[in-house]
Amino acid sequence: MNVLSELKRGVIIENPLFVLVLGTCPALALTTSVTNALGMGAAFTGVLICSNLVISLIRKFVPNDIRIPSYIVVIASFVTLCEMVMNAFTPALFSALGIFIPLIVVNCVILGRAEAYAGKNGPLASIVDGVVMGLGYTCAIALMAAIREVLGAGAFMGFDLFGPSYQPVLVMILPAGAFITMGFLFALFAFLKNRRSGRSQKQKRQAKGVR
Amino acid sequence: MLGQTFTIIFGSVFISNIVLAQFLGICPFLGVSKDIKNAVGMGFSVMFVMIMSSAICWVVHRYLLVPFHLEYLKTITFILTIAALVQLVEMFLKKNVPGLYQAMGIYLPLITTNCAIMGIALLNIQNGFNLYYTVINAFANSAGFLLAMLLMAGIRERLEEAELPESMKGLPIVFIVASSMALAFVGFTGMI
Repeated sequence: MNVLSELKRGVIIENPLFVLVLGTCPALALTTSVTNALGMGAAFTGVLICSNLVISLIRKFVPNDIRIPSYIVVIASFVTLCEMVMNAFTPALFSALGIFIPLIVVNCVILGRAEAYAGKNGPLASIVDGVVMGLGYTCAIALMAAIREVLGAGAFMGFDLFGPSYQPVLVMILPAGAFITMGFLFALFAFLKNRRSGRSQKQKRQAKGVR
Repeated sequence: MLGQTFTIIFGSVFISNIVLAQFLGICPFLGVSKDIKNAVGMGFSVMFVMIMSSAICWVVHRYLLVPFHLEYLKTITFILTIAALVQLVEMFLKKNVPGLYQAMGIYLPLITTNCAIMGIALLNIQNGFNLYYTVINAFANSAGFLLAMLLMAGIRERLEEAELPESMKGLPIVFIVASSMALAFVGFTGMI
């Protein structure tokens, strides 16, 4: 197993947010600041790694018919654990993320990875999958948060960037800004994908011509 | 009481719309808003399930979790309650109300993992609502969801004919449209 190619798979080729379009709710709601986005990413990654590990350990003796309910119970237990840990050690972050921490339970990415990967592969591979997928999701929401925070508040992780003369684009912090940022990022990804496939078609055509 | 009822309804439908301001239930908002018929079917299914699940989760929390000091099991109990409820509703409709089942059937399995249902059930508890306000809040939020779905489906039917750059087709333009809708809904802020 090549770590670098796994990393590329999680962050770029199968990016949970921009390519698989999963987990859009927290990505829109919690990207008003980079700090919130990183906090959410960390909580999400933690739950994903733990649930992937446990699901791949129990995959052999869970009957096929009730696998989804049992996956949900495993995920919900880790979300509850994560809630309690965050409430105890990072209360400010916990109240900033609010309802989206318990809602990790219904985040399609985690159940999707359980169904598509952890239910079929061994524990070590599942942990690696959890790490790279979590990292991919964290990178994606951190990118969104960086764009929104720099434009909308003129700051990065709470540090003022442009000084007092900068007039922030307030709409980027509002809900409308979340939708518009995500729309343009999706368009950018689609553009890059189109260009890549266009180029490979062109290369194929040239190769055929040479032959 | 009547005053607060109206405040909750108006606030949830227009000012803090569940999709456009609270960002709950984005998946069906993107996935099932391609035409008006499906959007309305999904909207009413969500309304039906949200009212029932909010009421049942409230009862479970008040009379099962609070007396035994098990509030920390809220997340795990609610998701199981909602999943079981959706399954029961599906079986009941299939057997007894086939007409309704044909209209809602395909949306019901999707609703279990809809974060709007779980989110509203949790928010009702967080806001300390009683059973009456819980039901009103669930109704108002699902009406807001239906409104957003209907508006988006109407726009998307027109959008089919628009000439767009290749990269903007599909989801990107839906997000841009959603952002202008969200901006329009900001206009309601401060009405209460």
